[in-house]
Amino acid sequence: MSDESQTQPEATLKKTVLHALHVESGAKMVPFGGWDMPVQYSNGIISEVKAVRNSAGIFDVSHMGRLEFEGSGAESFLGSILSANMPILKVGRSKYSFICNASGGIIDDAMVYKVADEKFLLVINAGNADVDMEWINPLVAGRDDFTMTITTAETAMIAIQGPNAVEIVDQLTSSEASKIRRFRTGSASVNGIPAILARTGYTGEDGFEIIVAADKGAVLWNTLKEAGATEAGLGARDVLRLEAGLPLHGNDLSEETNPFEAGFGRFASSIAPDSIAADALNQIAKTPLQRTLVGFKMTGRGIPRTGLNILSDDASATSDANSIGTVTSGTHSPTVDGGIGMGYVEQKYSAIDTQIVIDVRGRLVEAEIVEMPFYKRG
Amino acid sequence: MYPDDLKYSKEHEWVRMNGNIAEVGVTVFAQESLGDVVFVDLPDVGSDIEQFAKFGEIESVKAVSDLFSPVGGKIVEVNSEATDNPESVNAEPYGVGWLIKVDLSDTEQLDGLMDAASYEATLE
Repeated sequence: MSDESQTQPEATLKKTVLHALHVESGAKMVPFGGWDMPVQYSNGIISEVKAVRNSAGIFDVSHMGRLEFEGSGAESFLGSILSANMPILKVGRSKYSFICNASGGIIDDAMVYKVADEKFLLVINAGNADVDMEWINPLVAGRDDFTMTITTAETAMIAIQGPNAVEIVDQLTSSEASKIRRFRTGSASVNGIPAILARTGYTGEDGFEIIVAADKGAVLWNTLKEAGATEAGLGARDVLRLEAGLPLHGNDLSEETNPFEAGFGRFASSIAPDSIAADALNQIAKTPLQRTLVGFKMTGRGIPRTGLNILSDDASATSDANSIGTVTSGTHSPTVDGGIGMGYVEQKYSAIDTQIVIDVRGRLVEAEIVEMPFYKRG
Repeated sequence: MYPDDLKYSKEHEWVRMNGNIAEVGVTVFAQESLGDVVFVDLPDVGSDIEQFAKFGEIESVKAVSDLFSPVGGKIVEVNSEATDNPESVNAEPYGVGWLIKVDLSDTEQLDGLMDAASYEATLE
């Protein structure tokens, strides 16, 4: 095999405006959702997780898809593609929501922000951006009561998360940032840079996701770093979101799962009647669940990983016949100090405190279903 | 980074000979590629291992890797420090972070391993 064939896919990877800064900082870069992203910096994932839990960390989330919808029809359009109850969303607020297909399967999960009257921002997963656009574009075609603009390339997005995050941003915004309450959004000048601030995140910590013009991304990154925030990569982000009990699309959510079995029925129970997924989701809401996404903690020695079989605790041997479910996410948690995971299990095994067994490549390791999140900030 | 008194395998394990006993661990390159080591699974003392066969698993936060023994023989000791404190593999891969000790079935098998310079050359 020639070297060329190995390097070719990397050549087509997209780069955020912060890419050069990551490389300069000694980050280990990996392909993620079509982007060349930092998985960790030189101090490693555990130290980055601790920085976010104890102080503040910054993440380049510029790879996430950003779509602006503006116009009189924007709200009803978003109501037709999202599981969220859009009419109750007020200016300056945000909602976690699902883009579901006609069977109620989850195409993507997304945050929708109402930034102004008749103006919305939708943030979608980088790895799903193409699939999402294939779904959304035909639905937008023919609508003249709003415009949709993809702003991913023309903006940069940086998340700052941790117990010190709000104070750091507050000092850079003449105390404007702390006026924005949890899950709300507003605009402010961050050290002279015009920015949209959303007090949301994916770590279980307080903090902001900050959107600025693409050419201001590097300045903002360095400003936050100088103000005391630690660079953190995708590796830390995955651990932090799992500790916080937050699902990852592609792992814990997919077109083969629906919001109710994922435990997020409350984000899909007030869906607009004309939404594409309304009939399916309303039906699912009335039907007893076959399986549920649960969180579990390892009680024996081992780390759960995506794809491993979950067995009932009376299982004495590795066998598909004993399988009661599958691990969808798993890692070693530095905060809990042990193996934690999420997975779908048959409904009758889903109660808290149920003893289960994880088939770790042939080794049967005991685990226990626990309440999520695994970590809650104090 | 790669002490001269050790022998190395292409799977990034090292061997330190002491009489007929081979001490085995992973190299600096391996621990740096893995990142934070959070779990080490080692075999039972007394079991037999073939040269270049899998003898355990090492896990970082993100990934699982197999451990391959650079030598074959009987496992006479496993390092509980590595299993109890996996970060010792990152901190001192040639010291307290060693993994197993093997009583060699034959010493000719060492000829199939690399010296420090040859090993380092494979990393470039």
